Amino acid sequence: MAENKVQLSKSDRMSVCMRHQFLQGSWNYERMQNGGWCFSMIPAIKKLYPNKEDQVEALKRHMEFYNTHPYVSAPVIGVTLALEEDRANGAPIDDAAIQGVKVGMMGPLAGVGDPVFWFTLRPILGALGASLALSGSIVGPLLFFFVWNIIRVAFLWYTQEFGYKVGTSITKDLSGGLMGKITEGASILGMFIIGSLVQRWVSISFTPVVSTVEQSAGAYIDWANLPAGTDGIREALTQFASLGANGLDVMKVTTLQANLDQLIPGLAAVCLTLLCCQLLKKKVSPIVIIIALFAVGIGAHLIGLM
Amino acid sequence: MSALSIVLIAIIALLAGMEGVLDEFQFHQPLVACTLIGLVTGHLEEGIMLGGSLQMIALGWANVGAAVAPDAALASVASAIIMVLALSDGTADPQTAITTSIALAVPLSVAGLFLTMICRTLSIPMVHAMDAAAAKGNFKGVEMWHILAILMQGVRIMIPALALCFVSPEIVTGALKMMPAWLSDGMAIGGGMVAAVGYAMVINMMATKETWPFFALGFVFAAISQLTLIALGVIGISLALLYLGLKETAKNSGGGTGTGDPLGDILNDYE
Repeated sequence: MAENKVQLSKSDRMSVCMRHQFLQGSWNYERMQNGGWCFSMIPAIKKLYPNKEDQVEALKRHMEFYNTHPYVSAPVIGVTLALEEDRANGAPIDDAAIQGVKVGMMGPLAGVGDPVFWFTLRPILGALGASLALSGSIVGPLLFFFVWNIIRVAFLWYTQEFGYKVGTSITKDLSGGLMGKITEGASILGMFIIGSLVQRWVSISFTPVVSTVEQSAGAYIDWANLPAGTDGIREALTQFASLGANGLDVMKVTTLQANLDQLIPGLAAVCLTLLCCQLLKKKVSPIVIIIALFAVGIGAHLIGLM
Repeated sequence: MSALSIVLIAIIALLAGMEGVLDEFQFHQPLVACTLIGLVTGHLEEGIMLGGSLQMIALGWANVGAAVAPDAALASVASAIIMVLALSDGTADPQTAITTSIALAVPLSVAGLFLTMICRTLSIPMVHAMDAAAAKGNFKGVEMWHILAILMQGVRIMIPALALCFVSPEIVTGALKMMPAWLSDGMAIGGGMVAAVGYAMVINMMATKETWPFFALGFVFAAISQLTLIALGVIGISLALLYLGLKETAKNSGGGTGTGDPLGDILNDYE
């Protein structure tokens, strides 16, 4: 009897995993990812069910409503493969059980996938790549593209294998324990990084001049009385190193921005971000806020504030 | 633009459009799409710079559940083509071209959003065709309709991209030169602030009473300019591990009066 068992080989599972990358291709407002899910299951259905009627049954079964995060869907597909395999070998697993497992897993898993991938990993990698790219370095896009895809493919394959091996018992781990910790850890890391990105990359600079004072002798480089030739350059650079940028001119100009920076650099940026948070919570569309910010930028520039 | 460039742009636009719905390889992210368009048109460096700037704005754009975010695919592809057109006769200042393209990317992302919503509606009859194929046990039919649906999402970006390729560069450079300095400078200032919206979207997804202090820590650490983003990442990971470890210890020794279910909190926020 044991020899007659149909089993999904590693290459069958790999071909499911390959197709699973196109899960969202026929995303629709009716049953969302159902088409992509069925598309992914086809290699397994072909292998497990030689009869035409069974194939039709299986195809229909996998055209049901489905929607989750496209990466954390991998363990769900792993579990479903295990279930279908048991069913093909005669275990009493009905359609409702399979649909139940899919629906039962997709909600909690989407709750993990969105914060981990969309709101922690992609902003971090994107910001890292973008900060390199701003200076025109090709390393930025390459880093983003390759690191992301290596993580993604590894995640898709290993969690699908994990789901396949563990089977339905995976659902017990979902509600607490490890999953909760991963989500919480990702949220902490994500919030930390977003905090630093706000400081580094939201640029607001208030240009009005607060004060212009004449500096005392010795606080600026006395350009008229420098030694001639290279000695002069050397002397100027030495003084500059100790005096800083303010030493270049007799007059010390303090802008509003310089005053704000003394409190804490990036204060205006964080205030703006928190304001955006509030507006978004009040259901203001992000696009409206973005357009408003461009308008504010133009207006503030015209009146000389920024 | 040479015929070869246009063909390559069409392929990139197709990939970006497909990725706009698949969200796997990330060809639709500005960092990737703008770089590729820069590469095939001979403006690699400007493409990378535009991609970097747009990526900062688009960091928080993500499709969550059935909600569709502003479309990064059309924004990056179309604004990169416009930038290339502006640069192609060699008289435009690259910085102005980049700034203008960034400002144009925002309305483009809205246009792309409507296009993808149309495609996602058009997918409904396609899925019905898959149902019909499934009822006959026709594997090829199921596969074909799925692939057609993906291609439709690709064509959604490819058509506007190709249309843009045939706009005369003189029109774009002419429009750029007509733009007064206060407008382009003002837009650059606005562009510097726009990233805040993307970050706010991410914050609203993850902020809980427990995670706000980490936001504050990240903010003040970043003011130390010697710390690179990688260094900040190391600090962030260490803080997360420390926090989770200490919380575990507290739970074990404190008789199980923990703060409750962290996953539950996030799920609540998620809805």
